[in-house]
Amino acid sequence: MSETYTKLVLPRDADTGVVQAGVSIGQIFLEFLIIGATSFGGVVPYLRGSLVTKRHWIDDKEFVEMLSISQSLPGLNATNMAILVGQKLRGVLGAVVAIIGVCLPGAVIMYAVGVFYRSHGDHVWVTAALKGVAAAAVGLILYTVVGLSKKSLADKFDFVFMALTVIAVNRLHQSVPHTLVAVGLLAILFHRPRKEPRESVDR
Amino acid sequence: MNQTPALVRVFAYLSLLTIGGGMAAFPEMKILTVEVHNWLTFPQLIHLYSVGQMAPGPNMMMIVPIGAWAGGVLGAIVVVLAFFGPTAVLTFIVGGLWNKLEKWPWRRSIQQGLAPVSIGLLLAGCFTMAKGAILGFETATIAVVVLLLLLHYKINPALLILAGALIGVLSFTP
Repeated sequence: MSETYTKLVLPRDADTGVVQAGVSIGQIFLEFLIIGATSFGGVVPYLRGSLVTKRHWIDDKEFVEMLSISQSLPGLNATNMAILVGQKLRGVLGAVVAIIGVCLPGAVIMYAVGVFYRSHGDHVWVTAALKGVAAAAVGLILYTVVGLSKKSLADKFDFVFMALTVIAVNRLHQSVPHTLVAVGLLAILFHRPRKEPRESVDR
Repeated sequence: MNQTPALVRVFAYLSLLTIGGGMAAFPEMKILTVEVHNWLTFPQLIHLYSVGQMAPGPNMMMIVPIGAWAGGVLGAIVVVLAFFGPTAVLTFIVGGLWNKLEKWPWRRSIQQGLAPVSIGLLLAGCFTMAKGAILGFETATIAVVVLLLLLHYKINPALLILAGALIGVLSFTP
């Protein structure tokens, strides 16, 4: 890797002391495979522990920045983060092996779950367990919603946009793309750049 | 009938709806996989999603069994590629540009504007799922207790889902 290439791709690393030179494709794959196999209950904390704390491949500031990009784009946080980190470390190939690594264990496990569910899904005990599992999952999603709202909803109008989205999808049965374009544009225009930053925005 | 083209179309489309999280695509996933293509039933979709929360890795790997049931091993592979491919390419391209746009004032506007909409999409997905998962007082209690526990204690969510299975067996077996 030439010096120019390093500077071009990793402009900030010279002064943060992040170890990024010489990370091999194999190392990237293995690290993401381990994350993919062990990240029970949500990938993001495991990503931070592994990539920032253990390996020092990215620093905390980069991690937060990448996470905010991951959240604004379609795609799951886990896979978007894999793409961004892999891309930063080793370009296209790095991104490809990172996303394969993080997906592979869960995909194999869920394939097996599918086979088992097909053959035993109507067993009384399984049905009873699944009833409890599904109810608990609803609680988990609600928790995600509460957590995200606390973190990223700054303005009271944000709750109006949130409610409009729910009404459009659940009550008016609008498709997600239509809702996204309509409410999304409205919300982006509401948060348009201003010369004088407002109090609530400029926290 | 060969389901592969339909699997590609449906999951590539759903992929682009997952803003804020996989749950954002859930209402349309229900319509397309259950009502339009009959690949599985609504209770099965809910079960797969919920069990999927216990598996490690990205939390939408429940698409794998849907692909497998509709089209075997090939179906499973096709579904994963269709569901993760488009957003991976998009993130790769935008990720590179996004940092260069740090000074662009609209960057902040887009992030702030999309936040409430993406949370709304998650909530809409949650309500869709709740219609099939919250069936009475007991299931509602389980959901609320899980929410409260997560809000007040640092517990691994996968353990709570597992606990949900246990409580399910104890309270719903005849």
